[in-house]
Amino acid sequence: MKTLVYLLIGIIFGIVMYKSEAASWFRIYEMFQFGSFHMYGIMGSAVVIGMIGVQWLKKKKVKALDGTSLSLTPKDKGVKRYLFGGIIFGLGWGLVGACPGPMYTLVGAGFVSIFLILLGAIIGTFFYGLLKGKLPH
Amino acid sequence: MNWIYEPWPWYIGGPAIAFIMLLLLIIGKQFGMSSNLRTMCSIGGAEKWSDFFNWDWKAQRWNLVVMLGAAIGGYLSYNFLSTNVVNINDALIPQLEAYGIFSADQTYMPTEIFALESLNLKTISILILGGILVGFGARYAGGCTSGHGISGLSNLQLPSLIAIVGFFIGGLVMVHLFYPLIF
Repeated sequence: MKTLVYLLIGIIFGIVMYKSEAASWFRIYEMFQFGSFHMYGIMGSAVVIGMIGVQWLKKKKVKALDGTSLSLTPKDKGVKRYLFGGIIFGLGWGLVGACPGPMYTLVGAGFVSIFLILLGAIIGTFFYGLLKGKLPH
Repeated sequence: MNWIYEPWPWYIGGPAIAFIMLLLLIIGKQFGMSSNLRTMCSIGGAEKWSDFFNWDWKAQRWNLVVMLGAAIGGYLSYNFLSTNVVNINDALIPQLEAYGIFSADQTYMPTEIFALESLNLKTISILILGGILVGFGARYAGGCTSGHGISGLSNLQLPSLIAIVGFFIGGLVMVHLFYPLIF
């Protein structure tokens, strides 16, 4: 039953990514060219509503349905890993126009070559695991 | 029935993403898509190579189900809910044509990069390299556009703001400085 709920949430997420065109390479290119408000509107409104929602849930001390506290693990402090990691991520995002969520959606939509991006992303994650101890965090 | 195929404006897409994040939070989970990549590494036996993959990934199985759902959502959208044409700012079309991309306003993804007929050493290298950067960067930064961009910012996390600034620096550098060299 719970699995079905997660599957349904995923399906809605996939449809939202595809229908809002956030999964389209063209929209990501357009965003980095400041060619349209579209992507900024999507992310901006998601963050504003998300922020209001999360702050409200915290203020009301709402518990998750299973009785545990909400999964809002604070991120570790620091600058380097977020800035360097973020820039590396951004270079890839700009190059292939797909971030992890939309990757899965595009594979499902039948864009077979996205498997190459997904394969690369798994390799990249693996490289991070290998190099973790040597990187500034 | 044509409205079914129309793309959604930002004011539908953005709030829907926030709704998904909040729904997961109430179920007891944190919205973040790139951790699935780490889970897939662990399933593939990567713990032999690095302790980073020796973690409680079984607790993340729910996220793999969300991932599977995201793929099904893509399948349903492509086949039943969309014309699969993205219209962008017309001013960008000549730029794209100069890069050899002529499919703007005709397809969902540029066929010159993503169609199977277009696969050659160059496009394959671009796709794999781009994927490596995304996967590596997401884990190094501890999250991607969903984990930092939506979950982290909504929880007012400064690290997430730094990561987002990084995402945009990287993307802008790629599109403005490297594209003329690559395409």
